[in-house]
Amino acid sequence: MKHTLSVLVENKPGVLARVAGLFRRRGFNIHSLAVAPTENPNLSRMTIVVDLEGKPLEQVEKQLHKLVNVLKIQDFLPHEAVERELALIKVHSTKETRAEIIQICDIFRAKIVDVSQDSLAIEVTGTEDKIDAIVSLLKPYRIIDLARTGKVAVSRGRK
Amino acid sequence: MKLTGAEAVVKSLELLGVTDIFGIPGGATLPLTDALSRTEKIKYYLMRHEQCAAHAADAYARATGKVGVCTATSGPGATNLVTGIANAYMDSIPIVAITGQVATSVIGTDAFQEADITGITLPIVKHSYLITDANEIPYLFAEAFHIASTGRPGPVVIDLPRDVQNQVINFKFPEKVNLPGYKPTIRGHTRQIKLALEELMKSEKPVMFIGGGVVLSNAHQEVKKLAENFRIPVAWTLMGKGAFPDNHELNMGMIGMHGTRTTNTAIMNCDLLFAVGVRFDDRATGNLKRFAPHAKIVHIDIDPAEIGKNVKVDVPIVGDAAIVLRELNTMIENNNLKKTNHLAWVEQVFEWKKKWPLKTPDSTDLTPQFLISKISKAANDKDLIITTGVGQHQMWSAQFIELNGPRRFITSGGLGTMGFGLPAAIGAQVGKPNALVIDIDGDGSFQMVLQDLGTIARYNLPVKVVIINNRYLGMVRQWQELFFGKRYYAVDLEKGSPDFVKLSEAYGIKASVVSSVSELDEKIDEMINHRGPYVLDARVKEEENVFPMVPAGASLDEIIGGD
Ligand SMILES: Cc1ncc(C[n+]2csc(CCOP(=O)(O)OP(=O)(O)O)c2C)c(N)n1
Ligand SMILES: [Mg+2]
Repeated sequence: MKHTLSVLVENKPGVLARVAGLFRRRGFNIHSLAVAPTENPNLSRMTIVVDLEGKPLEQVEKQLHKLVNVLKIQDFLPHEAVERELALIKVHSTKETRAEIIQICDIFRAKIVDVSQDSLAIEVTGTEDKIDAIVSLLKPYRIIDLARTGKVAVSRGRK
Repeated sequence: MKLTGAEAVVKSLELLGVTDIFGIPGGATLPLTDALSRTEKIKYYLMRHEQCAAHAADAYARATGKVGVCTATSGPGATNLVTGIANAYMDSIPIVAITGQVATSVIGTDAFQEADITGITLPIVKHSYLITDANEIPYLFAEAFHIASTGRPGPVVIDLPRDVQNQVINFKFPEKVNLPGYKPTIRGHTRQIKLALEELMKSEKPVMFIGGGVVLSNAHQEVKKLAENFRIPVAWTLMGKGAFPDNHELNMGMIGMHGTRTTNTAIMNCDLLFAVGVRFDDRATGNLKRFAPHAKIVHIDIDPAEIGKNVKVDVPIVGDAAIVLRELNTMIENNNLKKTNHLAWVEQVFEWKKKWPLKTPDSTDLTPQFLISKISKAANDKDLIITTGVGQHQMWSAQFIELNGPRRFITSGGLGTMGFGLPAAIGAQVGKPNALVIDIDGDGSFQMVLQDLGTIARYNLPVKVVIINNRYLGMVRQWQELFFGKRYYAVDLEKGSPDFVKLSEAYGIKASVVSSVSELDEKIDEMINHRGPYVLDARVKEEENVFPMVPAGASLDEIIGGD
């Protein structure tokens, strides 16, 4: 099962290595990880999607808490959080296929961000499932490059 | 006050109360070493290997309760510390390791003697710093010592690039540290403590189970008070030895693989396991699925991550052991509580103790068990500190040395580091100059660190070293005998080991051999009464085994020997 952790950390050198190393050492697999400074430049938010493979999340959370640079950990259940991911997809296109691809993009509210003779670059945001879906629809046209940010999340409501 | 970075380090150390530091200098610590030469307040103990510097700092911390400090140069100096840092990490010992680093301008270029020591030690430190601006030195040193010594203690590494040591700053020492992400829970939850007390009152077969956390939090008096007040039998882990007096009638002995039959049997039959400052290590618990099968478990620990990690806990209490137990003892006193519903159990425990005492083998040869029990008797009235290597001699020391106070048994528990004993004796002796420090070592363990006899000689530390010389990597040999069809391989030390007496004498250290029971008392007395360092090469019976034994993975009632 995959779990989303939102971890507020001090924005200091080496913090990413400490967090990533801890997951590795305790035998947890990081599925995706997104990190950037928050509105306060001294703090960063890490959104970590972890593959639990039946292991208890509690232990990794407690170990994370012990890192001096970790300030706060939120463990999101799917309905408690707004979760999004962004993908840039470069796909092969020809005169014949371009219109079809643009039609797929419309359905997914994806944006064409670059066009060339034989390719389109597409930007799409959404849940992981949505991105998986557009990727699978674009596959037959031959994907040249794909970059996904990994999931970011904030809790719903005011808390 | 204008100071260089190196001087700021020394000033900070002085202000933090550091009086002793163990290390070896090098190119990247030259400014620091020079600054250390100009203080009267801190003595630099020049070691013969950085691993020993780290172990000495570790044992210094264990013996005194203060933070131990060691230092090494960049690159190989720093990497030589790694085993010592890991050792301190596994046993939760507060040390600060100060390493030199190449200049900030060349970090990342594979400069001469560059090693990414903060990276290398990431999984074995409580915290670490690479200081790139000397202005941060006073604050970060205060922070480092705070982190090392509070909460669940542990090692902190401070990496100091050479140019930072030369940078001139305006020195200002912080009044306090502010760490938003680090706030250990010290006071236990009163409601939980009440629950624990209820369980204690209900229990008809309670066992108190104590470990290194009791030593670290100085909770031994509270443990004793509770045990005596309610008459609760006490079991201990290797790390808890001495925290409850070995000569106490309620002391059942060590738990686990080489624990006493009484303790292991009591664990399997108790209805309440009152665990304080333990982490349910596999060497202690045996098969977890069958550990304390009838017991409710109360677990007091300062590290929330330890609670529920290995065993399911019924009453978790996060907090400092001494403070939690004090609150519990006060509740008992204030309510004038008495406990009598378990006295049949206590009688049962006493019967087991009578039935299964730890016995030295029936032999006319000089057995290691007999030798160690003799040392215990001879040193019993002394201010005794025992250090050990790792192996059979370590287990026999835990079994046959009687210690009646905490911080007297200094051993590598979690990491099981051969070679810990000798440098640990150095650190303990520096921290406790008037104590009788005896390193009960293995011939294999000793040979991993024997170069530091030089340190003992140089500072004329009156450390006693007893080499339990069985000409084997005895513990490995024991496993080969019991579980690998007696196919001894790569465990024989006979060939290639030095004459330990000549070796010691080459260092100017008095030494002697003992090989028979008849000369034992005399030799031990000579050693104990000798004013300076002394090495006793004890040529003991070769193929003795440590019993009782619970094989790895078995449960605590599957005991071999000791009946
Ligand atoms: C650094 C290190 N290397 C290897 C081991 C594995 N090991 C555990 S006990 C042991 C034998 C120790 O021999 P010795 O010091 O002579 O003690 P004895 O068991 O003979 O008393 C070995 C090799 C270890 N614990 N530490
Ligand atoms: Mg040996």
